[in-house]
Amino acid sequence: MNRWTPFEWISAVRFLREGRIQTIFIVTGVSIGVAVIVFMSAMLSGLQVNFIKRVLTSQPHISLIPSMEVARPLRHRPGMQELAIVQMPMQRIRSVDQWQKIRQQLQQMPQITEVSPIVSGSALAARGEASRPVTMTGVEPATFFRIVRLPDYIVAGQPRVTSSDIVIGTELAKDLGVAVGDKLTVTTATGRNNTLTVMGVFDLGNKGVNERNVYVALRTAQTLLNLVGGVTSLEVTVNDVYAAEIIARQIQAMTNIEADSWITTNVQFFTAVNAQKTTNTVIRAFVGLSVALGIAAVLVVSVIQRSKDIGILRAMGSSRGQILRIFLIQGGLIGLIGAVVGSALGAAALIFWHAYFRQADGSELFPLILERQLFIATALLATVTGVAAAMAPALRAANFDPVVAIRG
Amino acid sequence: MADDSVRLDGVRKSYNVGTPTETEVLHGIDLTLARGEFAAVIGPSGSGKSTLLNIIGLLDRPTAGKLFVAGADTSVLDDRGLTRLRGRSIGFVFQYHYLISAFTAIENVMMPMLVEHTFPSDAIRRRAIELLERMEIAPWKDNPAANMSGGQQQRVAVARALAMNPGVVLADEPTGNLDTRSADGVFRLMREINVEKRTTFLLVTHNMNLARRCDRIIEVIDGRITSDERQAPHPVRQGGDD
Repeated sequence: MNRWTPFEWISAVRFLREGRIQTIFIVTGVSIGVAVIVFMSAMLSGLQVNFIKRVLTSQPHISLIPSMEVARPLRHRPGMQELAIVQMPMQRIRSVDQWQKIRQQLQQMPQITEVSPIVSGSALAARGEASRPVTMTGVEPATFFRIVRLPDYIVAGQPRVTSSDIVIGTELAKDLGVAVGDKLTVTTATGRNNTLTVMGVFDLGNKGVNERNVYVALRTAQTLLNLVGGVTSLEVTVNDVYAAEIIARQIQAMTNIEADSWITTNVQFFTAVNAQKTTNTVIRAFVGLSVALGIAAVLVVSVIQRSKDIGILRAMGSSRGQILRIFLIQGGLIGLIGAVVGSALGAAALIFWHAYFRQADGSELFPLILERQLFIATALLATVTGVAAAMAPALRAANFDPVVAIRG
Repeated sequence: MADDSVRLDGVRKSYNVGTPTETEVLHGIDLTLARGEFAAVIGPSGSGKSTLLNIIGLLDRPTAGKLFVAGADTSVLDDRGLTRLRGRSIGFVFQYHYLISAFTAIENVMMPMLVEHTFPSDAIRRRAIELLERMEIAPWKDNPAANMSGGQQQRVAVARALAMNPGVVLADEPTGNLDTRSADGVFRLMREINVEKRTTFLLVTHNMNLARRCDRIIEVIDGRITSDERQAPHPVRQGGDD
């Protein structure tokens, strides 16, 4: 007995030690519960970080695009009603009006980190007999590659786009049978064409994108799409990705140009992330509840088994408070030990999972994030859960009539 | 009066009060135990002996009448006050030792002192060793309580009852579960403590031989004291015969 350990702690520890099998079972149960919570929380937050990183490194946070063209028939005459079918006009490729001025304005906003103009339109990429439809994007590499991290996804060659270069996806390279250094011809609906050299091949992890998307220099695209001096959209990145929608609304109000944030263009992704969060919370709550019930069940049995000891302690002058504390401490200790063991198990499982389960391209499935806060919060929560779960059995023990308890 | 350890004035005890099955088991007990008395309570099973012991031990409250322990009127004390008085003034020895199996012999003896002082100081440990030496079981002090013979366990229980140096020790069939030799040993030690410390002992027993070796025999039948005899001092009574 350590002379600095209070009587209630000594008793609680001894009672747990004596009921060895019971204690081992419940601590194991709590550990598994905590391990599941730690594993799920860390993996899901890692997956979310990864998803968001992937989504946001392959697209801008906000796109400024010219407004749709609409037909406005002039027919409002007072007192006259007219039934008419108004056909949607064709959407020609148009430039964002005054884009240089808007770009300057945007660059002055502190929340905005990057603004890059692009020209995007459809084209036909051909080599010899083979041709494929593509979405051609003309970019300013210096700024655009800071928004879409194309250089990170280059699998062959380099992400260089000078006026005679083109960067294509792996699928298109396969379809056209081209490799770095080969030439292919890009033709647009305007009838213009240009022969460009494949400088790099990328793999963005999406077959459709790898088949369709090609990147050329801004001026090359402007010429091919007959939009000299114009841009079809301004791509923007911001500091706080979750504030993108608010910033988009501010930009729209300021410039009168349609601004779409990644949040509105990826509604399904957001729904999935939220559904995942909700599921995670529900699972954690139920695991926590079953852990609490397990602790309570074991302590209820322990209180019955120890009724004579409780009676003797009461006869020796133990107060109800002391008896209450002995059992609350047991609950807390079970929770805490379970949390420590469970956190270690959860962390080990995460490290194992992270090491052996990879994405199809060999990259990590989720970043390994072992935050100290998660472990501290889990330990605290498990201890509090243990104490709370012990409350009912502890109250029962404290309210034992010593005469009845001793008699058994 | 000031030298009384325990005094009962017209103590009554009923169970199921206010219900059709209300039963009175003690019908107005008047009893005084002077300091240093060594008394036996005898009587048939169900006569109310254990109830009387529980009331004197402050484990149960009388339905009517007054109980004074160490000069304090227990009727005015709340649960906390009763618990404190019980811890400081009364020691219990039961028929079965009722040691706490999670602790060693010495830790069981330290327990009442820990209940009072919370931390296991050296003084508490010394006191426990002293008591175990007095009970002639110091060599087994670190044995788990469950790993001892019946006689040894009961001696630990007596040492535990004496830990707080109580004025009164209440013993319910303290030797009822022991062989004659162990029983005599335990009885002799209780008697010696009684003489040395002037601790009041009240033993509930069915064993008339044991009762005859006490200073006073109180007979309880059907919840009433039917006889209360003081016996002449007997030289053998103190020494025991083991």
